[in-house]
Amino acid sequence: MELRLAITSHSARVDPLGLLLTAAAAAAWCCLPFVIFKSNRIMPGEPRALQAVLPPWGVIGLPAVLLLTAVVALGIADAKRRLIAALGAIVVLALAIAAAANALTPAGNRIVRVAPGAAFWVVLICLGLLATDAITRLRPRPLARVLLLAVCVGGGMLALRYGPFGNLSVMREYAVNAARFPLELRRHVLLAAGSLIAAVIVGLPLGILCHRTPRLRPPVLGTLGVIQTIPAIALFGILMAPLGALAGAVPAAAALGIRGIGAAPAAVALFLYSLLPIVANTVIGLRRVSQAAVEAARGMGMTARQVLARVELPLALPVILTGIRVVLVQNIGMVTVAALIGGGGLGTFVFQGIGQTAIDLVLLGAIPTVVLAFSGSVLLDALIEVLERTPSAGREAAA
Amino acid sequence: MIQIENLTKQYGSTTVVDRVSLCVERNSIAVIVGTSGSGKSTLLRMINRLVEPTSGRVLLDGADTRSEPAHLLRRRIGYAIQGHGLFPHRTVAENVATVPRLLGWPEDRIRARVSELLGIFQLDPALYAGAFPHQLSGGQQQRVGVARALAAEPGVLLMDEPFGALDPIIRAKAQEDLLAIQRRFGTTVVLVTHDMDEAFRLGHRVAVMSQGRVLQFDRPSVLLTQPADPFVARMTGISDRALRLLALTTAGEAAVPGSSAGPRVSASASLREVLSELLWSGATSATVLGEDGSARGQLDVAAILARGRP
Ligand SMILES: Nc1ncnc2c1ncn2[C@@H]1O[C@H](COP(=O)(O)OP(=O)(O)OP(=O)(O)O)[C@@H](O)[C@H]1O
Ligand SMILES: [Mg+2]
Repeated sequence: MELRLAITSHSARVDPLGLLLTAAAAAAWCCLPFVIFKSNRIMPGEPRALQAVLPPWGVIGLPAVLLLTAVVALGIADAKRRLIAALGAIVVLALAIAAAANALTPAGNRIVRVAPGAAFWVVLICLGLLATDAITRLRPRPLARVLLLAVCVGGGMLALRYGPFGNLSVMREYAVNAARFPLELRRHVLLAAGSLIAAVIVGLPLGILCHRTPRLRPPVLGTLGVIQTIPAIALFGILMAPLGALAGAVPAAAALGIRGIGAAPAAVALFLYSLLPIVANTVIGLRRVSQAAVEAARGMGMTARQVLARVELPLALPVILTGIRVVLVQNIGMVTVAALIGGGGLGTFVFQGIGQTAIDLVLLGAIPTVVLAFSGSVLLDALIEVLERTPSAGREAAA
Repeated sequence: MIQIENLTKQYGSTTVVDRVSLCVERNSIAVIVGTSGSGKSTLLRMINRLVEPTSGRVLLDGADTRSEPAHLLRRRIGYAIQGHGLFPHRTVAENVATVPRLLGWPEDRIRARVSELLGIFQLDPALYAGAFPHQLSGGQQQRVGVARALAAEPGVLLMDEPFGALDPIIRAKAQEDLLAIQRRFGTTVVLVTHDMDEAFRLGHRVAVMSQGRVLQFDRPSVLLTQPADPFVARMTGISDRALRLLALTTAGEAAVPGSSAGPRVSASASLREVLSELLWSGATSATVLGEDGSARGQLDVAAILARGRP
């Protein structure tokens, strides 16, 4: 009787997310390869068994740690413990893959490639989800979230730089491109942030104008909406001709770096894509502002500009920032495509990798892009929450 | 003093306010009543130029309101609206300080004035100055709205259905507060309401509006006894006009020397309340007590009934 009670009450507490993640990770672990060995960077790889590549501590230790983590994910509700388990397992997983790479690579050989297999990626993603879920359950304050992000990203970068990861295929590609990587990364961030800033400078006043003059709303939002539906590649194509013509006709424009291909059409296209979320969110945010508050502000003798700066914009700010967040994440992803027309950025590695069928080079471009987008959204979410939590802070930000 | 001369507002071809002329005396409360859509808010908003008149003019203490920029005019006129219109992102103290800040008062004067006003409106500054509007009850929010309108010591206060969202008990309290404050600061008040009882309770004079026109602007007792128009009679309530008339006089004003064995009523009670008390207790007369609790005289049913006739 007692036993049955214990079982039912225990099985009732099985964590649904934990169950899902455990099932996915277990299935991947059983059916997919953990590590892949390639005799050179473009050859198709062959899976290697774990026992064959890991030192004894890994052969027993890694499954043991993963099993322990699964137990925590399934049965322990305490978010802090779940987070520690997930982060610990990620560290062990990373060390194991590094050990595998080091074991499979003959000393001094720079030709063979050892890549993490599908099982590694699935387990890593499951652990990442477990960690994010635990963080969400902990409800950290915005500043704590940003700090946590900085620690994770910074820690990851330091580990990759100074840790035993040099023989992993992605890190091999990094080593080859070490000089270019920071340049393309900077370019990527500049393109994404620059077009975002330009879109805010243009979109915010445009949104305010649309709010003030309802007649303008349908044509402006309609046009921007149509631009959004144009595929990026097509928009680059559309922009090539006029920008090329501009560069041909106006030498000064050409001197500024404006030409049919390269960063200029990329920046213009990103800017155009960014306008809709910013204008639309500005309009929605302003429309959401309490009309009684605006009426009271006018009635007490604020000028139109004071009403805008002290009442309307601060109250619309969280919605506007949500638009900016959407744009930032969207831009970071879309800059990748800009590499197609010579815009530079991390997409360069992606398309070079595709061209050479070197999947590791693709990852060298893709992984930092994902990390950038994720970091950007965490940062802006934190900012939005700070502004909503201490509402009067919005005044200084907008006045 | 507010002089409204021939004020008209048209939107396209519809006339919303039609050649209205009124004069609101200094230190008095004028109430505008009327059916929905009769143009009350539009008339009120033309006084502080939130709505610009199509024709006619408004004089404030003799000066045309158009002689200065609208936003400067509005800083001299208090404005409180239904649903209070507090700034949700500002604390109570910041809300109240809005107009003094616009006027560039020194910070310590603003702080002193905010504390004073919160005290007057029974909001302990230590508890409420730093609170945000959403942390207050509806009645408290409304009090902050009125405090904010009075912050820069305006000579004129415009109120558009300020108590419309309050429940009857809080509403009666808010009306009492307004009367006390109006007496204390000598503010000239123009107040718009739907509620006839509120109009009679607060208004020294009441304007009855219909379809953009002011049909009558007079003391409540005159509106009741000599309605200028069938519509005014309907608005002021034909079925209970006698009781409304009784409600306008206090027991203290009607008491005659003498004493009575009946119930004891306060001098500030209205004749309507005294009559109700007599009906309830089955007595035919009541003793009227002054504020100090001593007998001030007596009132009998016949005397009260005589006051309920024109
Ligand atoms: N900006 C405007 N444009 C067109 N018509 C308007 C405008 N403002 C008000 N009106 C019209 O003017 C009329 C009077 O409006 P107003 O707000 O003054 O009425 P009110 O007496 O205050 O009504 P309520 O008691 O419902 O508040 C209404 O029919 C309204 O539709
Ligand atoms: Mg109105």
